[in-house]
Amino acid sequence: MPTLTIDGKQVTVEPGTTVIQAAEKLGIFVPRYCYHPGLTIAGNCRICLVEVEKAPKLQIACNTPCADGMVVHTQSSKVNQGRASVLEFLLINHPLDCPVCDQSGECDLQNFYMQYGLYDARFQEQKQKKPKAVPLGPTVMLDAERCVLCSRCTRFTDEITRTGELGIFNRGDKAEVGLYPGKTLDNKYSGNVVDICPVGALTDRDFRFKARVWYLSSAPSICTGCSQGCNIDVHYVIDRPHLAEGARIMRLKPRYNPDVNKWWMCDEGRYGYKFVDENRIRQVSHRGQAVSWEDAYSSLAASLARFKSDGRLNEIGILPSAQQTNEELFLVRKLFKEGLGIKNCDIQVPSPAGTSDGFLIKPDKNPNTMGAALIGFPGASKPLKSTNGSSASGHIFDKALSGEIRALWVFGHDLVKLFGEEKVKALAASLELFVFQGSNDNGTARYAHWVLPSAVFAENDGTFVNVSGWVQRIKPCFAPLADSLPDAQVLLELARRIGISLSFKSAEEVFNALAAEMPAFGGLTYERIGLQGARVHQKEPAAR
Amino acid sequence: MQIKKRELTFWEKIYLPEIFRGVWITSVHFFRNLAIHTAHRFGLLKNVRAGVTFQYPENPRPLFPRLRTRHRLTVREEGTPRCVGCMLCETVCPAKCITIVAGEHPDPNVEKYPVRFDIDLGVCVYCGYCVEVCPEDAIRMDTEILDVAAYSRAEMKLDMHELMNPQLRKPVKECTLKFPHKCAIHGGELRGDWRFVYGKNPEQIREEGWKEIQELSGKEH
Repeated sequence: MPTLTIDGKQVTVEPGTTVIQAAEKLGIFVPRYCYHPGLTIAGNCRICLVEVEKAPKLQIACNTPCADGMVVHTQSSKVNQGRASVLEFLLINHPLDCPVCDQSGECDLQNFYMQYGLYDARFQEQKQKKPKAVPLGPTVMLDAERCVLCSRCTRFTDEITRTGELGIFNRGDKAEVGLYPGKTLDNKYSGNVVDICPVGALTDRDFRFKARVWYLSSAPSICTGCSQGCNIDVHYVIDRPHLAEGARIMRLKPRYNPDVNKWWMCDEGRYGYKFVDENRIRQVSHRGQAVSWEDAYSSLAASLARFKSDGRLNEIGILPSAQQTNEELFLVRKLFKEGLGIKNCDIQVPSPAGTSDGFLIKPDKNPNTMGAALIGFPGASKPLKSTNGSSASGHIFDKALSGEIRALWVFGHDLVKLFGEEKVKALAASLELFVFQGSNDNGTARYAHWVLPSAVFAENDGTFVNVSGWVQRIKPCFAPLADSLPDAQVLLELARRIGISLSFKSAEEVFNALAAEMPAFGGLTYERIGLQGARVHQKEPAAR
Repeated sequence: MQIKKRELTFWEKIYLPEIFRGVWITSVHFFRNLAIHTAHRFGLLKNVRAGVTFQYPENPRPLFPRLRTRHRLTVREEGTPRCVGCMLCETVCPAKCITIVAGEHPDPNVEKYPVRFDIDLGVCVYCGYCVEVCPEDAIRMDTEILDVAAYSRAEMKLDMHELMNPQLRKPVKECTLKFPHKCAIHGGELRGDWRFVYGKNPEQIREEGWKEIQELSGKEH
């Protein structure tokens, strides 16, 4: 175990650790372009120069293994001079088109120039011309002039996706990143090369020219695209509605979590945020007529109370969704299952298997299947294969079709997509009460008697449990669109009107009650979940 | 603090003498200016200054070159704005009166241009930061237009037509911009086509641009 001194602080590290990792351990940041903790070490950008005592010249921190008794200086004048020279070299052919570059504002060339560069340009010759604005694939745009040839992107396609689309071609100052002949950068993780590119050479075609990065606000959240639950940062703009046609979310970026997604996320999740601003349900409506929440609460509470007083609770069916947070599902359980005593309350829907791979993408496209199963909706982890339309199967939808269930409350599921339009149309005609509570307009919302707009993940507070049992928090980025409300708020208000005492003021209070009641969540709090999640106390069920 | 009101003297209290004193002062200036201006006409008394009056709006006052007046967007040779839509002016604007939406320019060496560029003069404080921050010299405040007046707030909002052509005044009835843009006349829709500007479609221009670049780099080998 070598012990070394970096900037006067002693640290003991595992053998084989490099100086940059040891410095990271001490909280000392060493600038880097080519070094990325998730990739192999290339050591070609030379910006991470540090002074090692008794070494004849400056050493690169990313590829110098720690040795016992080593004394390293990361901030000496010799180091700063070396870094300035490296920057001057890297920037020789840089086009300086920061005004049109999407990276400007989060560009390491800009940052390190302001920190270590600050020299006057000495380069008198013509800069190299290279291809600009070349689409490499559906998601990534290349500007070869801005590239510093750090090779992070080529190492990513070689080592992480193992698809090998990208390479560095030509030599000397004509060297440029490009695609191998006949290839396009269209793998399922292609968006990550934009994240790891330290400069503006690879930019996101989806984010292209939408906004400047300094307009963006950021909130930590969880991707709702599948049950992997990749940690993300939601980048949004709410004070400039002229950008991107008034969309609030501008882009999603992966957030480091060593246990879930490391530094990466898939393109499906990265570009799957459009539903937040498109095709949203904006109003409460009753049979096509816009009504107020007040009307909806009183009318729905009265209907539920009538079913209860008539002793027809068996005729109510509730279909919660694994898209909902643990808090919402817990309230569904408290209100409908325990409060009212409705037995037909479970996530009994077919789940069309989506694409998957051995890395991040999971076939189950719901973020909270595991949480739903833990909270008492066992159907979540056993999706229906098919429905035969007879009540013998005992499924809620079949019971509703056969007339056994007279009131159906659907959370978010698009029944039209799952069961076909004819069945849902027939159902809407025969049911006494048909409530759809969801965020986006779909076939079911067209047929439901009551449509209640609910908030999407970026407007909601709560937790999800991912496929391997990590409880992870989503935080609200902005207020719910138009009239929509978080499901939890609606359920609490309904409970109050029906006379079931559920007095929670925030998602955190709901979660604390949930943690007190469910052994799987025992001892967990929002504080313990934090930004990196916490594990539920249960044997890991088989992933599906 | 107490403010002591000066008591009027008896002379002032009887009112009329003060009235006549006022009329006397005005009349002296009037007849003095009349006499001296007339004399100036005949080339006399040139070294005596008379009262200065500018016959606005026929003879506007000369303006200092550094005075900040209404904005304009500078234009490239082919009639597209020099602006590359970097949004620095929108960022720096302390009044938040600038609205820019950026679009893809067919020339990869320009890359970006404003699809929409609006300035709300009703909000603008004429600080000139937008001019100072612009890296492309695309916005200037040198039109010497000072009389920005309108009957409604909407008319105070300038879009690309008026900004690129300062002679235009509201209401602009016809849109003559030949490149894709969003303006009020077109209901904010994308109109125009790069063919009007460049004679070819953007893909073609792009491809030719790359070919040229490749040929250039090939020659150097």
